[in-house]
Amino acid sequence: MSIQRHTVSVLVNNQPGVLQRVSGLFGRRGFNIDSITVGESEEPGLSRMVIVTTGDDKTLEQVSKQLYKLIDVIKVVDLSSNPMVARELALIKVNAEPSARPEILGVVETFRAAVVDIGPSSLIVQVVGDSDKIDAMVELLKPYGIRELSRTGVTAMIRGSVK
Amino acid sequence: MNVQTTEKSKEQLRAELLKPDVITGSEILLRSLLLEGVDCVFGYPGGAVLYIYDAMHGNPDFNHLLTRHEQGAIHAADGYARSTGKVGVCIATSGPGATNLVTGIATAYMDSVPLVVITGNVATTVIGTDAFQEADITGITMPITKHSYLVRDVKDLPRVIKEAFHIANTGRKGPVLIDIPKDVSNATCEFHYPETVNIRGYNPTVMPNKLQVEKMLEAIAESERPVIIAGGGVVAADASAELLEFVEKTRIPVTTTLLGLGGFPSSHELWMGMPGMHGTYAANMALQSCDLLISIGARFDDRVTMKVKGFAPQAKKIVHIDVDPAEIGKIIETAIPCVGDVKNVLQLANQKAKPAKSEAWIETVKENVKNKPLRYKDSDTELKPQYVIEMINETTRGEAIVTTDVGQHQMWAAQYYKFNHPRSMITSGGLGTMGFGFPSAIGAQMAHPDRTVVSINGDGGMQMCSQELAVCAINNIPVKIVVINNQVLGMVRQWQEIIYDNRYSHIDLAGSPDFVKLAEAYGVKGLRATNKEEAHKVWREALDTPGPVLVEFVVRKGENVYPMVTQGSTLDEMIMGDSE
Ligand SMILES: Cc1ncc(C[n+]2csc(CCOP(=O)(O)OP(=O)(O)O)c2C)c(N)n1
Repeated sequence: MSIQRHTVSVLVNNQPGVLQRVSGLFGRRGFNIDSITVGESEEPGLSRMVIVTTGDDKTLEQVSKQLYKLIDVIKVVDLSSNPMVARELALIKVNAEPSARPEILGVVETFRAAVVDIGPSSLIVQVVGDSDKIDAMVELLKPYGIRELSRTGVTAMIRGSVK
Repeated sequence: MNVQTTEKSKEQLRAELLKPDVITGSEILLRSLLLEGVDCVFGYPGGAVLYIYDAMHGNPDFNHLLTRHEQGAIHAADGYARSTGKVGVCIATSGPGATNLVTGIATAYMDSVPLVVITGNVATTVIGTDAFQEADITGITMPITKHSYLVRDVKDLPRVIKEAFHIANTGRKGPVLIDIPKDVSNATCEFHYPETVNIRGYNPTVMPNKLQVEKMLEAIAESERPVIIAGGGVVAADASAELLEFVEKTRIPVTTTLLGLGGFPSSHELWMGMPGMHGTYAANMALQSCDLLISIGARFDDRVTMKVKGFAPQAKKIVHIDVDPAEIGKIIETAIPCVGDVKNVLQLANQKAKPAKSEAWIETVKENVKNKPLRYKDSDTELKPQYVIEMINETTRGEAIVTTDVGQHQMWAAQYYKFNHPRSMITSGGLGTMGFGFPSAIGAQMAHPDRTVVSINGDGGMQMCSQELAVCAINNIPVKIVVINNQVLGMVRQWQEIIYDNRYSHIDLAGSPDFVKLAEAYGVKGLRATNKEEAHKVWREALDTPGPVLVEFVVRKGENVYPMVTQGSTLDEMIMGDSE
């Protein structure tokens, strides 16, 4: 069985402690969390967590079964077994003396990213895309000197009408 | 004994309890517990639960037993639950009271025992400020509870209690914690106890898939060397009668795990004993040579499978019946999963069950049972622990409720006591909690005032909750407390002998109290035996004494539990030791 990246969507009751229940379960059962995002869902009172994890199919099956055992978990879907859209947002504060700016703006434009703040010697770049795109953007900006990097982790959805 | 002596009829009481009065959270708790049919609660007061204890004052319908340590309270609630199938309830205060429950919660969680654990907490206004006696008990216990609640509004309390009982005692059972801040237990609202529960994220699958059950029956009909491994799930689902019928119809030999003991009558011709690390030759060999393995409410614990890679190597198919889908495929790959309540699965299966082609196999199994029974070298100069258990078995005719602590005596009790009824073996299997044996017997005896309850302990574990002797004395709870005194941490000694080359590190229990005097200090009768003759005499005396009695059996120090499979070995690599 091959080790793969899985993106799991978990619909949960919006209760205090539910994030702790879910993340704690991953921790103590030895499941890895690459990223985790939480926010409101389409239904009041319910939140959706999107968790990126790595493991073989057996691990993923256990992850899902163990999640279902939590009383506050309502639905678990392995998004990566379907055609899906996965997006992450990153804010990157990069060194940018005025002389270097045109070059950086070139990179920003190519990636359809945006500059959302300009300081005397730095810029904040906002980039949205799949994680690979953000990795690439970070790589390209590294030579200029990244002062601060903040990534949201992946949120995702299945395409079209598959539920 | 503190038996409920209410004159009121049940309906009258119910009608009174259900009145929509404006009452405090504490009164809501008491009424709700009574409505849930709880007839005995074990607990220990403290600042954060004083409103609750105040509400108990003078309430003739509410039966609370004051233990001497919160660990005693929760193990007692656990023994009550395991011996009845009802939900056990205990109460403790915030902070240290609550953290003292942790071992007991984990014990119940590992063995899927239904408990509702009530803790007090500091007032909602100071939660999170490191207030006096504050501990985040819901956070601490998240990994060891089935579910938990921190109640922030008194209006939620009736629903929370209703849900807690439902969650604890359905599906795969387990402990549920309700943390009640002090101001919530004092706040008031109109009382409405819900009739039903509706929890969107909780719908355990209790009815099996028919096709899977049929597949199992087909596999049975084709098999020549089938084996059933029956676990605690059989007992938890009250499915012993169904299992018996299933076995008689299918003609499959049965091994019962530690928690499954009593789930199938040990007197039955197809019973092979317990499997695993200290399992019988017959059971372990059967597992290693079966062509079909059917697990019924057993979860392939590593003490049973030993080396997983070499477990049941000839099984062409493995059937796994369990109410918890997460158990299926967790340890062992399963060809035929049957998710559902064991009772329902077996009832369905029994409608069409046909015999396996197992008659030749049954002969082999029976030969193994006969030729390699559990054996020990008896002695006339020293008292042997196995002999003591056999004596207890004979004198109680296998009819007692036996609770054990953890260690060698636990394994000997499992091996040499012949359990014929479900819920008569009460032991900490999953967590292996020392200190469990004695207080759990108190809970079992509270639930079964007329039965003989024998608590079998080591000299080590007895000292982990011996303070509860006071509870037995004060309430005249007639538990027969057995201490198998080998002067060492016996099971550790055995490992150090066999696995660590006789390097005996910190196992000497010198400094233990005189157990007879310890019992007497609490007002419990104490007796001691150092040889066979005394053993019979004092044990008879203990059984004939109406109240609690502690009996110390001074046994041979170096005795080992055999057979033994060491870690990393497969089940057929048994060390037979003295038993050969
Ligand atoms: C709370 C706890 N601490 C430690 C252990 C590890 N342990 C398992 S068996 C054992 C020895 C028990 O000795 P004793 O109570 O004298 O019983 P015996 O094995 O001699 O019958 C120990 C220390 C445990 N199971 N539980």
